[in-house]
Amino acid sequence: MALKIDKTASPMEARGILTQFGSNVIHEDLNFHLPRGEIVGLVGGSGTGKSVLMNTLLGLKEPEGGMIRYFGYDREELSAEQRFELNTQIGVLFQGGALFSSLTVRENIMVPLREHTDLPVKLMRELADMKIHMVGLPPQSATLYPSDLSGGMKKRAGLARSLALDPEILFLDEPTAGLDPVGANAFDELILGLREAMDLTVLLITHDLDTLYTTCDKVAVLVDKHIAIVDSLPKVIAYEHPWVQEYFGGPRSRAALSAGKT
Amino acid sequence: MSSNSNSHPPEYELSQSGRIITFRAKGSWTLRDIGPIDEALSQKLEALDYDAVHYDVADVSELDTAGAYMFARAVRTASGECHEWEVIAGSTGQRTLVQAAADAVMGRPPEPTRQWYDSLTNMGRASERFFLESIDTIAFIGQFFVVLFKMLLRPRTIRWKSVVALTEEIGLNAAPIVMTLCFFIGAVIAYLGANLLSTFGASVFMVDLVGVSVLRELAPIITAILIAGRSDSAFTAQIGAMKMRQEIDAMTVLGLDTFEVLVVPRALACLISLPILTFLGMMSGIFAGMLIAWLGGLDISPILFFARLNEVVELKQFWIGMAKTPFFAIIIALIGCRQGLAVTGSVDSLGARTTTSVVQAIFAVIAVDAVFALFFFQMGI
Repeated sequence: MALKIDKTASPMEARGILTQFGSNVIHEDLNFHLPRGEIVGLVGGSGTGKSVLMNTLLGLKEPEGGMIRYFGYDREELSAEQRFELNTQIGVLFQGGALFSSLTVRENIMVPLREHTDLPVKLMRELADMKIHMVGLPPQSATLYPSDLSGGMKKRAGLARSLALDPEILFLDEPTAGLDPVGANAFDELILGLREAMDLTVLLITHDLDTLYTTCDKVAVLVDKHIAIVDSLPKVIAYEHPWVQEYFGGPRSRAALSAGKT
Repeated sequence: MSSNSNSHPPEYELSQSGRIITFRAKGSWTLRDIGPIDEALSQKLEALDYDAVHYDVADVSELDTAGAYMFARAVRTASGECHEWEVIAGSTGQRTLVQAAADAVMGRPPEPTRQWYDSLTNMGRASERFFLESIDTIAFIGQFFVVLFKMLLRPRTIRWKSVVALTEEIGLNAAPIVMTLCFFIGAVIAYLGANLLSTFGASVFMVDLVGVSVLRELAPIITAILIAGRSDSAFTAQIGAMKMRQEIDAMTVLGLDTFEVLVVPRALACLISLPILTFLGMMSGIFAGMLIAWLGGLDISPILFFARLNEVVELKQFWIGMAKTPFFAIIIALIGCRQGLAVTGSVDSLGARTTTSVVQAIFAVIAVDAVFALFFFQMGI
């Protein structure tokens, strides 16, 4: 049975997630949902399991407990074919870009198109080039291999690939880590622009306070093994928790905040 | 697929007034819908002659970047000149998408394949690479000896710990397989000799055949080829992966010499392992020959076998076999390490280098063995 995606349903919802490695509990009773059309920033200390959470949400790691719903569907209950279809609605940018190193940038972007559609190859190529343009890469990068790209370009190319199928939900794992401030700013703008154009729901894992201030509609805080609060930034900053206070009260945060306000 | 189960197929209408065409679209224009109309739309647009496009997309139920790209076709196709376009009816979101699509600049098309030209180019490239590879390998061997002699002057700089660990991996762990293979080879030669020689009634000469061939040629070369396949590929993969993860760069920056840390221990481990393995292989091959002679229907008892072996096969056959092993060891270790260090960023290059490494090592082992055979023959040994 084909999967009917109801675009008005809640894109992603996780309830009571329990993840553990052996006896080491990473997440316990974690509840989280993505509001439609919003960019949610996920913050948390190093080692609190942000990337693990992303992998769990993506189905790369089975949680030990709890359930995850996409557009109202429980991933567990879907058939393999339906899961395959659901995956076309989800785009992921991994930390290093995770481009296939034996393919050119254009071929990388064409991989999901080849896999999920039956368009003529020429049209796929053109669509790939359009995505390359949309993420702000120069046209000549289409025929380059990932090893010829800089870190920032790899991230852009990875983003272009994650957008290839016009997904509803986009997961970004540290998109601005390792970029210079100019590149990071440009990336923030890019994400805002794409959200505008493609009506995306975005989960953005980041340590970059500037990105949080400029890009995110809401901020989720992963602390004490669960999501403590998901709210607009001022409310999160006012949240009474030692770690949150330390995180947003530090000198870096204040600098980013004042820069964001001006 | 998912979204077109209840959505309308894309429809469009082109009307021209003066130099302006109006592009009126309705239905669902998404990645999953546009495939069928791609060709026809392009052809229709090419037939028209116009300067500007007006889009009326108010009735479009669903639009994504692929659909917007199809709209932008109208701006793109029109005989290469700059065109004006405008969305006269449609939402802001749709406008943004069409804007993004119209702005997109296409990259170069992939290189067309020219069969003759490409095969000639490939041949040229391959021959060039062969020469460069040979020169680089020889240079690498030279560099290795310089570093080795420097280290021998100060033996404390040699990393004995990793030499011992690698010797276990290359030598000890390979011993069972080397002995098994040499056993089979020895048995095969013994059978072959027994069969051929018994027709002349001279089956006792099979002892000579087994003794000379196993000691002089087979045990050394089988061992070397096996280690070339087994350890040489491991060297390339290990060092290549280190290179890809910038561990080699980190070593260089920390002031560690990659030759000292990676290459010399591997070469020394090979130098220690290969003669021992070859010796084990020789014993195993001879033992197989003895078993076949005894139990294989020839009735040559072990006592007779060894008496004959002592009598006809001189000790020098053993030493000729052993003399080749250090050369093989150096070749295998250095080719493996050099190919590993030549790995670049991509996964492809790791695969290609590992293949090259094994092929080169086996080739070099056999070539060097042939040179030795020629040399010993000319010297009358």
